[in-house]
Amino acid sequence: MTGAEELRERTGEFLAAHPPATTDRLDFLRAQFDAGLAWVHYPEGLGGLGAPRSLQGVVDAELAAAGAPDNDPRRNGIGLGMAAPTILKYGTEEQKQRFLKPLWTGEEVWCQLFSEPGAGSDLAGLATRAVREGDSWIVNGQKVWTSGAHNARWAILIARTDPTVPKHAGITYFLCDMTDPGVDVRPLRQITGEAEFNEVFLTDVRIPDAHRLGAVGDGWRVAQTTLNNERVAIGGMRLPREGGMIGKVAQTWRERPDLRTHDLHQRLLKLWVEAEVSRLTAERLRQQLVAGQPGPEGAGMKLAFARLNQEISGLEVELRGEEGLLYDDWTLRRPELVDFTGRDAGYRYLRAKGNSIEGGTSEVLLNIVAERVLGLPAEPRTDKDVAWKDLSR
Amino acid sequence: MSTQPDLLYSEEEEALRAAVRDLLTDHCAPADVIARVETDAPHDRALWKSLAEGMGLAGLLVPEDRGGQGASHREVAVVLEELGRAVAPVPYLTSAVVATEALLACGDADLLAALASGRTIGALAVGLHLAPGAAFTAVRVQDGLLHGELRGIADASVADVLLVPAEDGGLYAVEANAATITAQASLDLTRPVATVRLDGAPGRRLGDAEPAVRRALRAAAGLLASEQLGVADWALTETVRYLKERKQFNRPVGGFQALKHRLAQLWLEVVNLRAAARGAADALASGEDTDVIVSVAQAYAAPVAVHAAEEALQLHGGIGMTWEHPIHLYLKRAKADSIAYGTAGAHREALAARVDLQAP
Repeated sequence: MTGAEELRERTGEFLAAHPPATTDRLDFLRAQFDAGLAWVHYPEGLGGLGAPRSLQGVVDAELAAAGAPDNDPRRNGIGLGMAAPTILKYGTEEQKQRFLKPLWTGEEVWCQLFSEPGAGSDLAGLATRAVREGDSWIVNGQKVWTSGAHNARWAILIARTDPTVPKHAGITYFLCDMTDPGVDVRPLRQITGEAEFNEVFLTDVRIPDAHRLGAVGDGWRVAQTTLNNERVAIGGMRLPREGGMIGKVAQTWRERPDLRTHDLHQRLLKLWVEAEVSRLTAERLRQQLVAGQPGPEGAGMKLAFARLNQEISGLEVELRGEEGLLYDDWTLRRPELVDFTGRDAGYRYLRAKGNSIEGGTSEVLLNIVAERVLGLPAEPRTDKDVAWKDLSR
Repeated sequence: MSTQPDLLYSEEEEALRAAVRDLLTDHCAPADVIARVETDAPHDRALWKSLAEGMGLAGLLVPEDRGGQGASHREVAVVLEELGRAVAPVPYLTSAVVATEALLACGDADLLAALASGRTIGALAVGLHLAPGAAFTAVRVQDGLLHGELRGIADASVADVLLVPAEDGGLYAVEANAATITAQASLDLTRPVATVRLDGAPGRRLGDAEPAVRRALRAAAGLLASEQLGVADWALTETVRYLKERKQFNRPVGGFQALKHRLAQLWLEVVNLRAAARGAADALASGEDTDVIVSVAQAYAAPVAVHAAEEALQLHGGIGMTWEHPIHLYLKRAKADSIAYGTAGAHREALAARVDLQAP
């Protein structure tokens, strides 16, 4: 019902009523949410207007042109990209009203308590227990690889509520208050020297049943919404040539003729071609989404992204020769933002190693492509009809 | 770069694909292609007639007022995808793209219209291996007659007219029957090369050779990526189909993870190749950023098509090694294509200069 022209008008009216220059940042963002201009594809009353997702660009362009503040989406990637669509789909009216607005404005940052030391690729095998006690659930367990847990106010959490049924059936999805005294966040130092991730220990954490998302035992299905949304965001982006990791090494190559060798030249050109083709593939995927014909291509994007980042950053360390022996800083820090193309070549090389592990390992993604896209037989499942408590671990 | 290339297929392009695929399904069965390439006449003239005269596809690149269909490289690319998928032994790339582009640069109206109709088959007499911008062999002109030998000329044995570069800088039209054309035993059975010998052959000067050859080879290199996409897509699809069916150890071999991962990897390469090939076709049609995207596409396409065909062979096991199974036609085409219109390495070298990544 809402066209681009109408949205442009609405945005103009909104800006007139809330001049960015004289409006407090947070007031502006809250008002933007109330005006339905936060995420136009969300329903009215929840920050949107029920308009097509593709029209958000129209609003954002108008706002940016007027010098409006934004909600700093990179600070709350998990909230915006994963928690929000899941709450929208499975949340009660109270949950949607309570959580979506401060999530969108960035007043409440979210993290994700999914992976565990014993449940990585086999996430559904998770062991964190939630036991019902009156109107609450008592949660005990350990989560890991939790980006941003140290900044997060809330977490999306999956825990085992019934160990006597097969693993997928006994999971329930919760919204967990990170300020609960039973939540202990400890930095997990990684190979870059930073602690971008955390271990999160949950000891008798009390979660009110009102913060359960979806039905008891339905957590695996709810989690699928979260995990599927992990990769949707890519569609909106238009990447310029040399926009990613390849831009860094190309720049070094141009600035430093003294470092060039024939061998590196051949490898650089090959990777440059692959990066450009990968950019075209992402652009084609974006065009498919805009045209309303999403293809299965998205499944492969992360695979290509991971491999290219690793090979390109590896090449750059080698290109730097003597300087490649150095590292900018090993100090243990807890960064608020993750920038794969930030810092020095050595950092980029080490950080890129995570690209083929985080958000689904490349090996699991290859299985997904083989089974869901190519229709090849699924891996043999010995755990399917066995109660979780009887699985070997 | 101001705009992004249109990387999708339009409804019309999908309709065109369906029509070409129907024709090839009915008239270009793999067994028939294998039987045909064992004869002295590997080209399928009846199929060419259906494509060119029946469907008007030889004239896609030629404007309507010059006897063609007034379409663009985007449509040609779709036709080439399908021809690649069938390894169809027809001179489409060589006549309807390469020779036609050369004539579009030279502006010979009669010959252009004749090629557009498909009733005349043309071949540009430069080696199939040459990259756009590479030096090509020119023949001697003496008293208005042409003398010399040109090697590696694709589809020359089926051509009616040859477009021959001469030492005086001109591009000449030479009737095929005025030349001695000797078919060579070729790696690619479905796009054989021949040696052309001119011993005082009469030729008609069409225009300057250099810009015509350059333009023709650039279009060829860019659009070849779509043919390579067709080859790779066939190899992947056919291998996936076979591995779901083929059982060893009491299960479909396509269920073994080592093979699943290889096929998934190949799928990813084909997905990438599709974007690159569409990019090249669109850039040739729009004239924007063309040199870079064409070289990107060809540098990427060549190894992917070869990899796809090699994987198809290996994953089929013993049957893939037989003459009877069509995989070898695709492998031979893919390998020859990896040399045609410049190797991946030649295109990377061209890119180095264009995108300012200079050699040491």
